Amino acid sequence: MGRDRCSGQPWLASNAHPNGHECAKGAATLHHGFPNAAHQLSTPHSDPEEETKMWLFGKGAEERPGRHAHGATHHEAHLDAVEAAWLGLSVGTHGHRHLRGIGKCGPRRWPKSRLYVSHGKRRGGRSRPDESLPDRGEALPGAWGPGLQPLRKVGSASGTMLLRAAWRRAAVAVTAAPGPKPAAPTRGLRLRVGDRAPQSAVTADTTSAPEAGPVLRPLYMDVQATTPLDPRVLDAMLPYLINYYGNPHSRTHAYGWESEAAMERARQQVASLIGADPREIIFTSGATESNNIAIKGVARFYRSRKKHLITTQTEHKCVLDSCRSLEAEGFQVTYLPVQKSGIIDLKELEAAIQPDTSLVSVMTVNNEIGVKQPIAEIGQICSSRKVYFHTDAAQAVGKIPLNVNDMKIDLMSISGHKIYGPKGVGAIYIRRRPRVRVEALQSGGGQERGMRSGTVPTPLVVGLGAACEVAQQEMEYDHKRISKLAERLIQNIMKSLPDVVMNGDPEHHYPGCINLSFAYVEGESLLMALKDVALSSGSACTSASLEPSYVLRAIGTDEDLAHSSIRFGIGRFTTEEEVDYTVEKCIQHVKRLREMSPLWEMVQDGIDLKSIKWTQH
Amino acid sequence: MAASSRAQVLDLYRAMLRESKRFSSYNYRTYAVRRIRDAFRENKNVKDPVEIQTLLNKAKRDLEVIRRQVHIGHLYSTDKLIIENRDMPRT
Repeated sequence: MGRDRCSGQPWLASNAHPNGHECAKGAATLHHGFPNAAHQLSTPHSDPEEETKMWLFGKGAEERPGRHAHGATHHEAHLDAVEAAWLGLSVGTHGHRHLRGIGKCGPRRWPKSRLYVSHGKRRGGRSRPDESLPDRGEALPGAWGPGLQPLRKVGSASGTMLLRAAWRRAAVAVTAAPGPKPAAPTRGLRLRVGDRAPQSAVTADTTSAPEAGPVLRPLYMDVQATTPLDPRVLDAMLPYLINYYGNPHSRTHAYGWESEAAMERARQQVASLIGADPREIIFTSGATESNNIAIKGVARFYRSRKKHLITTQTEHKCVLDSCRSLEAEGFQVTYLPVQKSGIIDLKELEAAIQPDTSLVSVMTVNNEIGVKQPIAEIGQICSSRKVYFHTDAAQAVGKIPLNVNDMKIDLMSISGHKIYGPKGVGAIYIRRRPRVRVEALQSGGGQERGMRSGTVPTPLVVGLGAACEVAQQEMEYDHKRISKLAERLIQNIMKSLPDVVMNGDPEHHYPGCINLSFAYVEGESLLMALKDVALSSGSACTSASLEPSYVLRAIGTDEDLAHSSIRFGIGRFTTEEEVDYTVEKCIQHVKRLREMSPLWEMVQDGIDLKSIKWTQH
Repeated sequence: MAASSRAQVLDLYRAMLRESKRFSSYNYRTYAVRRIRDAFRENKNVKDPVEIQTLLNKAKRDLEVIRRQVHIGHLYSTDKLIIENRDMPRT
């Protein structure tokens, strides 16, 4: 019950309450009280191009305070804080150490209430910030991001009294009825961080020890972030992890030869999926590295004559970041805008190509909204203008038919863990006829034709090859099934809920990635409410920041709709029951959250929200 | 010849389904059962004996894969999914 109260407050556009403050509405209302909000929320810039880059890149990592924790422990602590704050209990800094000096997060006062449980925290202390920041990998379960902050020490006297009264009430309630109540919120938290079961069993100081029943894992509906390993892929990898452990570059003994044979077989499997020659496939550590090689490698090689690159505003962060670092080296980059549908305008692309353009980079299928760009047409334009064409096909390979010769693609990035293969491996396709020259980023022993030195990880590439082969066989079956399930999900949600918008072109769209915006509902609170389903509200690599996704902004979604978007992913292993359960819970929680929303009330009364003058206070 | 291969196919089908139902992961279990049913149904009308033999060999190899992966799943099993106790234990 406490959980629902906390997640029930819809938190809307940041421009209403810059930097957050105590809301006069009630002690339980939470706002974003993050002093560092300024550096993460976009600041207006006079130069529109600068502004584009501001929200495309945010303020880089170097400007964020170090040790800014966004690990799962930290977010559990936030949930604890939310719970505590609702009860009017004071909250500790739990990891925002850098804020203590400025007196922004309240002093550490741990109430004696047993309700205030700790998960994996040391007894009597606040949780240490989780040192492992999330990397590019899209692994955060759900997008925690903005929305909920600890209630700061309330300045006004009335506020303090309110808090103290609430705390006394809560303390009485807790001492009166221990037992099931403490267990319920922890169960909800444990659900979120399912595989911490072994560690949380150790926490002796929690009330969760007398747990009733096993912990159940949430459904996985976030396949754009990563996919489970197909059993066939694992079966192919295991021998190379157990017995055939040779280095494929050892030429003198059988261990090396068998490893090399496996690596070449995997290369052939990857190549046949995209219609390439095996000599054109280079194994890398993932699509990020492939994108870096493609963009930086090509740009730097042709540096003397060609200084211009073209990409789009909806690309993956690694592409945008590579372009940004090239700008620092003196290149010019054009970031093409996209239409409302998410697809680029081909005429704009043609107009943007200059005589000194070396590369055009457009992703095949977007990981946030699922739109399919017109790759064949873009390839046609690029080859006629003699410009290299790179596509980040991480989300598209193995799911839609791709042929590098028919689509005139010169460079392509492939990711292993998006096609039911292992994490930590990927590939880049680099055309040989006509030859695309690339400056190597990683120096070493000259492996992989000198373009990517380093021992090729045989088990991983064998897994990638097996995944590609399975994908080739299963592509049609999977596509048919996923389309049917996607249709079911969208129809069932849209017929039961009004004011739901699907982001992205409905026609040129990969069915397995569905991005819906639920008006008058805050995306983070909906994600927290849907705790039994692993979902995301946007790309995981940007979910740590407070901004709504730059992709949604690029397609022109309103600020408030961008904050209320959820991405549903349907994959090979998703069942009808999972889709039905997700739909049912989604409808239930959206209805409940809308009931609590004052904006929804106003809309029901017929007031036009755009005509309201919000006062600043 | 046709009769024995029909019996062979049915035996293999039953064996694969039986083994697939032992997966401890809900997603793998449902996928394997569904895929096996659909694949055998799809190839129901294949007449060419060479092709039938190829498909049977592939199915036998897949059965071995399923056996191994089921076993590994049991070694590293974890909690059930939230919808598993609501479900009928059929898939």
